[in-house]
Amino acid sequence: MIRIILPAHLQALANVGAEIKLDVRSPVTQRSLLDALELRYPALKGTIRDHTTHKRRALVRFYACEKDLSNESPDTLLPDAVAHGQEPFMIIGSIAGG
Amino acid sequence: MSKVRVLVGTKKGAFILTSDGKRKKWKVSGPLFAGWEIYHVKGSPLDPNRIYASQTSGWFGQVIQRSDDGGKTWHLPGTPSGETPKSPEGFPMGESNKFAYDTSEKTGKPLTTHQWYDGTQHPWEFKRVWHLEPSLHDPDTVYAGVEDAALFKTTNGGKTWQELPGLRGHKTGAQWAPGAGGMGLHTILLDKKNPKRMFIAISSAGVFRTDDEGKTWKPVNKGLRSQYIPDPDAEVGHCVHRIAMHPSRPNVLFMQKHWDVMRSDDGGENWKEVSGNLPTDFGFPIEVHSHEPETIYVVPIKSDSEHYPPDGKLRVYRSKSGGNEWKALTKGLPQKDCYVNILRDAMSVDTLDPCGVYFGTTGGQVYASADSGDNWMAIVENLPSVLSVEVQVY
Repeated sequence: MIRIILPAHLQALANVGAEIKLDVRSPVTQRSLLDALELRYPALKGTIRDHTTHKRRALVRFYACEKDLSNESPDTLLPDAVAHGQEPFMIIGSIAGG
Repeated sequence: MSKVRVLVGTKKGAFILTSDGKRKKWKVSGPLFAGWEIYHVKGSPLDPNRIYASQTSGWFGQVIQRSDDGGKTWHLPGTPSGETPKSPEGFPMGESNKFAYDTSEKTGKPLTTHQWYDGTQHPWEFKRVWHLEPSLHDPDTVYAGVEDAALFKTTNGGKTWQELPGLRGHKTGAQWAPGAGGMGLHTILLDKKNPKRMFIAISSAGVFRTDDEGKTWKPVNKGLRSQYIPDPDAEVGHCVHRIAMHPSRPNVLFMQKHWDVMRSDDGGENWKEVSGNLPTDFGFPIEVHSHEPETIYVVPIKSDSEHYPPDGKLRVYRSKSGGNEWKALTKGLPQKDCYVNILRDAMSVDTLDPCGVYFGTTGGQVYASADSGDNWMAIVENLPSVLSVEVQVY
């Protein structure tokens, strides 16, 4: 099971807690993970990736294993620790500044 | 006795204010959708329990919410009210938030472009829904005005949205340019007498009218003069802040422009200035009294560079002659040290007699008058900055 941590606004939208667990088919990539997430929680469609282009929204970041994976290709394999559920895949709303 | 429900959209959530027909004591509920920007909340004129809300975020995009019980519970259209939005297959949830510009060859065109800040052409990019206008004839049909400027429509209660591409595809579309606030379609006026006609207004392009249910559009800006564009009398490019009509007289339109308060008596074909004795004719909202089609309201703002009332005095101005002759309404409004703004969608009227008038401020107050503007009271204070105010009588 993959562990995913959502920001507060998306928790409210999907009506879930901070961390959710999902089965994601291999290979485990950003794309397959987000596809599975949106399939289970359709309310999240368009909130993390653009509806049409499927590009990451500009102010959403992806972190895992203390690395910023936001700009990785969506088809790059995620770290083994994420794929094996040892570390969460964190979806973050970037800091507003100010 | 009738009840009144004021729907308030703010920078950090929505609030619902309720009262009886006397409109003296108010109950505040909220925030709904806490932390999100709520650009607009509006109910169906046919079914006051049916309410739509535009929930948006610079981080997470656009969400459309719907209530079928007067705002007690909300759901994403496609999910039955009160159920957890979890069902994986079959639900069109998620699609209810999808506003994709029409790029089909048949109904629209390949995605057109518009003028950008640096003089180049820029493709349309959806950012948010500014305004929701439920149909006068069907609670499941709603129009949505969006940024970048375009008009969308749902006929299934918000489950899916389709662009009416004739507007964006108008031959002047390439000349439209965003102002500092973005290129938003912020006003939609439906003609009660002619279901094929509607008016929309865009910052900063101007007013457009359709007479064929949105298939084709005509700019109706003749008479507007804007010194901030190269040709002050141009067909498009005017920063129209708001237009309003009385439902009984759909050919008579009133406009608060970037500067100037204007009036048209022929469905927008020609406009004339009616700023008259206003202390400043800059401002954002304009509204029409529910029972007196020649009584209109504006809130003068000092200037385009100083978005607050002149002299620190919050004054609504009312004209009972359809413009030109204006009277300041001040009773109950702060008359010193007031430096808030009132945004374009943040004023509304109810249908009771006497007519109630309501507006919200960027300082988080919502003021109401139960006597057509003669006396005012703050019915709530210290909300987040108010983006929109709508009123229902039920």
